[in-house]
Amino acid sequence: MPVFDLAATPLRALNQALHGVAPGANDTEFEVLNPRGQHAVAVGIDGPVTVTVRGPVGYYCAGMNDGGTVTVQGSAGPGVAENMMSGTVVIEGDASQYAGATGRGGLLVIKGNAASRCGISMKGIDIVVHGSIGHMSAFMGQSGSLVVLGDAGEALGDSLYEAKLFVRGSVKSLGADCIEKPMRPEHRAHLAALLDRAGVADVRPEEFRRYGSARKLYSFNIDNADAY
Amino acid sequence: MTYQNPPMPPRKSATFDDHTLAEIRRAAATGIYDIRGGGTKRKLPHLDDLLFLGASMSRYPLEGYREACGTGVTLGTRFAKKPIALKIPITIAGMSFGSLSANAKEALGRGATLAGTSTTTGDGGMTDEERGHSDILVYQYLPSRYGMNPRDLRRADAIEVVVGQGAKPGGGGMLLGQKISDRVAAMRDLPKSIDQRSACRHPDWTGPDDLEIKIGELREITDWEKPIYVKVGGARPYYDTALAAKAGADVVVLDGMQGGTAATQDVFIEHVGQPTLACIRPAVQALQDLGLHRSVQLVISGGIRSGADVAKAIALGADAVSIGTAALVAIGDNDPAYEEEYRELGSTAGAYDDWHEGRDPAGITTQDPELAARLDPVRAGRKLANYLKVMTLEAQTIARACGHNHLHNLEPEDLVALTLEAAAMARVPLAGTDWYPGKAGF
Repeated sequence: MPVFDLAATPLRALNQALHGVAPGANDTEFEVLNPRGQHAVAVGIDGPVTVTVRGPVGYYCAGMNDGGTVTVQGSAGPGVAENMMSGTVVIEGDASQYAGATGRGGLLVIKGNAASRCGISMKGIDIVVHGSIGHMSAFMGQSGSLVVLGDAGEALGDSLYEAKLFVRGSVKSLGADCIEKPMRPEHRAHLAALLDRAGVADVRPEEFRRYGSARKLYSFNIDNADAY
Repeated sequence: MTYQNPPMPPRKSATFDDHTLAEIRRAAATGIYDIRGGGTKRKLPHLDDLLFLGASMSRYPLEGYREACGTGVTLGTRFAKKPIALKIPITIAGMSFGSLSANAKEALGRGATLAGTSTTTGDGGMTDEERGHSDILVYQYLPSRYGMNPRDLRRADAIEVVVGQGAKPGGGGMLLGQKISDRVAAMRDLPKSIDQRSACRHPDWTGPDDLEIKIGELREITDWEKPIYVKVGGARPYYDTALAAKAGADVVVLDGMQGGTAATQDVFIEHVGQPTLACIRPAVQALQDLGLHRSVQLVISGGIRSGADVAKAIALGADAVSIGTAALVAIGDNDPAYEEEYRELGSTAGAYDDWHEGRDPAGITTQDPELAARLDPVRAGRKLANYLKVMTLEAQTIARACGHNHLHNLEPEDLVALTLEAAAMARVPLAGTDWYPGKAGF
């Protein structure tokens, strides 16, 4: 298994190696030591590689991941897994702002808390946060699911499109056009599958509330001017 | 004896002119501000207010049609492994699939390729047709991130991080539901037929320091091969250019107020930003102050229409220009051949700007398959190539007359201003004097 010690090896060498893995290659497991908060660790992965990062990372770790499995044994800075296309990213610590922003697919699991704007402009990514999330999360969320086992901050789901939000704890406030919706059997099944994929075994879908778009702001209407 | 007024026509207010009155009535009747495409319609200080000083005695001209005048430009020489070499310093600005039809995007790609220059994607992401017909394609990384994916980043020739747009610096976009076809909706990960908002700011960074890190991420993803452009709206050109360069841009694209848009509020188009003419010198100054002029290339856009505009922008310090609205006109936008249909839409050829409604008779700003089929992308591409080549020939003619064997040898000393405003904005002398406002010692 290739090991990259970022205390001794440039980040460029790591990312180049990850990009250079040929389809069907056998040596697809990587270990990264001493990331020490560096930005853009393991970005642009384009295949089924597995990367274990032992320590905290800076901005945009696993950005645009497409098919890889990245585990960070530490905390992540802003923009972790931004615009992820597919694959899995697991943060064993906390994540900073805009985790999973604009993600179009794949699964992001944050075992700690996530700061503000988690899932902002999400476009198909699924995000499971074991802890709590900050304000303005899922702002303009288009599709995909955001699951929060803890609490959500202010203005959850502001200007939401079709993203599905599930929160187990309290929600400080809902953003414009975001409403609580009933949990029907299909939603519980969807949530149960997500929890299972994220390795969450000790909570039940019935413990969550579902939030989504009221769809009142989908087309401009001057009578809704107070909401803009 | 009493004085009687002679018969006089009624006098209308200059403040409340017919257009203003009509707009007040329209707003009162509909309850919504006017949304439209195009760019500014009112007269603004522009490059027209500058003149070139052709050579006579104190300078020595080159022979037109005989002595060569170079037009090539290379963009992205600062950090990128694969800079872009263009035959002409005129590029096609970003315009989205969704706003424009697929045929229109194809025509832009064909025309740009024939002329040896680049075209640019837009808010809707990259289409295969666009990639296939553009030898050199710049991929816009926009706040909306519609259609954004690393596969398209890798098959682009350059990446343009869009921070602002001249027609609406600080503003987002709105693609109305009537233009959201199945394909457009799928590319944008949104339901069909709803209004699609393009955000005014990037969701995952909050300032120039974040931008620097974002650019680092994009470079890592694309193995440092692609030039990174940063596009800003012409509002605070000195600081925005300086910060874009500081953030690591290879190329700064500065879009002045006369730049176009697919659809936004009329009040925004007409009242936010600065004229293109006013933006160029502060941007050049910023790069000069940082010691980066010419190593970070500057592309100017916003109302560029002719070879004279090209030459003037370059003389003021730009490395290249970019055209959007003019390119659409070249491929058939607002063509008088469709005058009857424009009238049915309540407009006229040359004034049609309801691009967001998707009923464009020219088949350019629409997703209606019947209308879009009216535009022959091969013929339209040929027209665009002709236009680009004419602009280049015009700019060469001017440069030769000023004694230069390359467009990039044009300089501010080749210019004078017709008006005080232009002299102040362009920092070139008022015609017949050696003075411009703000120049010390006079």
